[in-house]
Amino acid sequence: MDEQTLAVEFRNITKTFDNVVANSKVNFKVQKGTIHGIIGENGAGKSTAMNILFGMYSPDAGASSDAGEIKIYNTPVKWNSPFDAIAHGVGMVHQHFMLANTENAVDNIILGAEPVFYALRKLPSFFRLIQTKKAVQKLKTLAKVFDFEIDWETAIEDLPVGVQQRIEILKLLYRNAEILILDEPTAVLNPVETEALFINLKKLKEQGKTVLIITHKLNEIIACTDEVTVFRHGKVVCSLKTKDTSTEALAELMVGRKILLQVSVPPQKEFSKTPVLEINNLVLYSQKKAKKKLDHIGFSVLKGEIVGIAGVEGHGQSELAQILLSPNAKEFAIKGNINIFGKNILSLKTNQIRELGVSFIPENRQAQALLLDSALQENFLLGNHDKGELQFYNFLSFNKIKEKLLKIVRDYDIRPGNPNSLARQLSGGNQQKLVIARECYSQPKLLIASQPTRGVDIGAIQFIHKKIIQVRDDGAGVLLISSELEEILALSDRILVIYAGKIVAEFNRGDPKLSRIGYYMCGASERENVH
Amino acid sequence: MFIKKILIIIQPVLAICMGLFIGLMIAYGLGENPWSVLKILVNGAFGSTHDLASTLFYTTPLIFTGLSVTIAFQCGLFNIGAEGQLLSGAFAATTVGILFANLGSPLAPFIAICASFIGGALWGFFAGYLKAKRGSHEVINTIMLNFIAVGITSWLTLYVFPNRGTQNPETQEIAAQFRVPSLFLTEHATVNFSFFLALLVAVLTWFFLWKTVLGYKLRATGQNITAARLSGISVNQMQILAMVLAGGVAGLVGVAEILGQAGKFRIGFSPEYGFMGIAVSLLGRNKPLGVVLSALLFGALHKGTMNLDLETENITRDLSLVFEALIILSVTAEGLWSYILERRK
Repeated sequence: MDEQTLAVEFRNITKTFDNVVANSKVNFKVQKGTIHGIIGENGAGKSTAMNILFGMYSPDAGASSDAGEIKIYNTPVKWNSPFDAIAHGVGMVHQHFMLANTENAVDNIILGAEPVFYALRKLPSFFRLIQTKKAVQKLKTLAKVFDFEIDWETAIEDLPVGVQQRIEILKLLYRNAEILILDEPTAVLNPVETEALFINLKKLKEQGKTVLIITHKLNEIIACTDEVTVFRHGKVVCSLKTKDTSTEALAELMVGRKILLQVSVPPQKEFSKTPVLEINNLVLYSQKKAKKKLDHIGFSVLKGEIVGIAGVEGHGQSELAQILLSPNAKEFAIKGNINIFGKNILSLKTNQIRELGVSFIPENRQAQALLLDSALQENFLLGNHDKGELQFYNFLSFNKIKEKLLKIVRDYDIRPGNPNSLARQLSGGNQQKLVIARECYSQPKLLIASQPTRGVDIGAIQFIHKKIIQVRDDGAGVLLISSELEEILALSDRILVIYAGKIVAEFNRGDPKLSRIGYYMCGASERENVH
Repeated sequence: MFIKKILIIIQPVLAICMGLFIGLMIAYGLGENPWSVLKILVNGAFGSTHDLASTLFYTTPLIFTGLSVTIAFQCGLFNIGAEGQLLSGAFAATTVGILFANLGSPLAPFIAICASFIGGALWGFFAGYLKAKRGSHEVINTIMLNFIAVGITSWLTLYVFPNRGTQNPETQEIAAQFRVPSLFLTEHATVNFSFFLALLVAVLTWFFLWKTVLGYKLRATGQNITAARLSGISVNQMQILAMVLAGGVAGLVGVAEILGQAGKFRIGFSPEYGFMGIAVSLLGRNKPLGVVLSALLFGALHKGTMNLDLETENITRDLSLVFEALIILSVTAEGLWSYILERRK
């Protein structure tokens, strides 16, 4: 390897938080002018390593003999904040964009690095006038060099996420970043936008920039990177040339054992074709902005069937899931009909709907499902609190709760499984398993699963998928809402594509036209019935 | 884990010491001997049966208001309105005591106690209803309801049930059969039945919040309102219930003051018990047992600093309040302590 062209080198970097070793003697090298993938499960230490590189954390000092160091272009660096990092040409695009939503692209990009009139540069900030023209000029040249298409005048909130991401990248380029770190850049993009991003990244590479991309989507690693570094349990397992590896091999390296990337789904069992959930001509307005969130939606979920709702996030899926549980929510106005087991639920309260046999896995477990600062047993109790078997003469019986919880902990392999440990102390995967265990405890007849495997490691994904199939095979209907296309394709017996609040396409499992689903997700055409 | 548990206990103790230290330094600056100031403080609070009785007298209302803030807090609500609720409760007890003077039943004290609770609960209900149904923030609601409670009770005292025999702004005396028994019959018999009622209410609060389904639903609402709603808990009802209970418990201050101590409603009888209840609850980590302990500390501090005024030359009544406030301030500056403790790493 030619030492001259190293952009980043980690040598023996260790980082601990309160006795938890997040990074242990991490070593890896990134060549200048390449796209370098960083993969690993949640908690494997990849984000910590990148945050160190970005100046957010400083590595542990350690003894002088084995002290680690970071080299940028072969020069050891030591920085205390992201400001130092950006001064050395290292910048990061976070998974959740750091943009002021009501301002336009130019204002967002120059924020914090405004070009000011030279004569005024020493004055207090109040007097330093911004040379907006100069900024715009510089930005337009930059955009031309990298061939970025950007709408400069529109407020951020009205731009598609793909463009917002380009603005974030440009923000770094404007600050003369040579090394760009992208954290889960494709999580919010649709397939077309993802492709556009990869093209943009390749242009950056051609201009000599170095890109580090953190992701858990293995096929993207294969598609766009030159080299890849695999993290596991806070250590670097290995760095490979991408062309010498495959998704299967990478998955094995990540988890440490052989795993199947897709669960095998047994054929649907025969159940009577009674609908569990029927939605007719549902129109939903949000009260605040009088915006149409769902537009004449109609479909049904039958007994023993998984119906998948595919689509890029923010096209009405969250609202759909929400109104199935709380149709009376103040923030919405509804037209149309929702029937569950033939019963109109529009006037029912959440607990009455749940009593019908509906369980719900919300998209954001921390915000919508868990009591983070409560013990596992109290989290398990939520939603099951009215069940007689957990009570003793109408009072809570923590002995009985504990007993049931311990069974669940065993069945679902939740760690740590101490009934008294706090939900906050669990990893994302274990938190999610706890939520799913709780929601499946009452043997639902209709399971609404919204993003059931978001931010969950591969091992847990497999487990959750099996569980969802088991719920189906027990005779329940499952409505699966996910922006992970792979997940939808693997699990669903029937797939609906949602775009801008409308169902734009419908496919059965194995439909040859499924290859075009990506185009429908971007709003390609009207609903196409394949019956 | 173990260290963290110790820190949780040490932190308030450390805070008390720190507040005391600053206070004693100020006393030193004023020309007092810190050691004798400390002695006066401790003796003033616990030195004799009489002092202890006084301490418990101040402790009792603080347990009620502390529990009131705790109940609301467990439901995710910040009850600034304990002051108004206790006035409302106290006045309700007074009203019953005056209007039903002919009632001879042995249940009379019990009826008056219920009136205290209901009076406070009503005031809590207003705040809870406005929060749950109209979406107006409970902090604003309760502050405004405090003003209204002060105004209404003062007006009722002066114009509806005035004590014509004196110039004091107070009501007539309530009928004797409504009074609750006093204990510690010293010259100024101070502590009364209400202290034990307060302990009982603390136990009941704990049992309700941690052992009943309803209490669980209330706490779940406080921890994560979205998760609670999605799991079928009617969060609006829980919020109203929490404020009703919080108001009711604050209203029980009326038992201590009206039925136990004064036998009449005196305008301005509360040295802001309601607001101190916030500090009591925070220091007690929003748990009933913690509330009882921290109310005891606040009660002792209140009594002790009163003696500073009497027994030292340079510490006046105002300065003794500063002393008290300093300790409360250092105790409640929780963020500061965790900051200092975490800096060591």
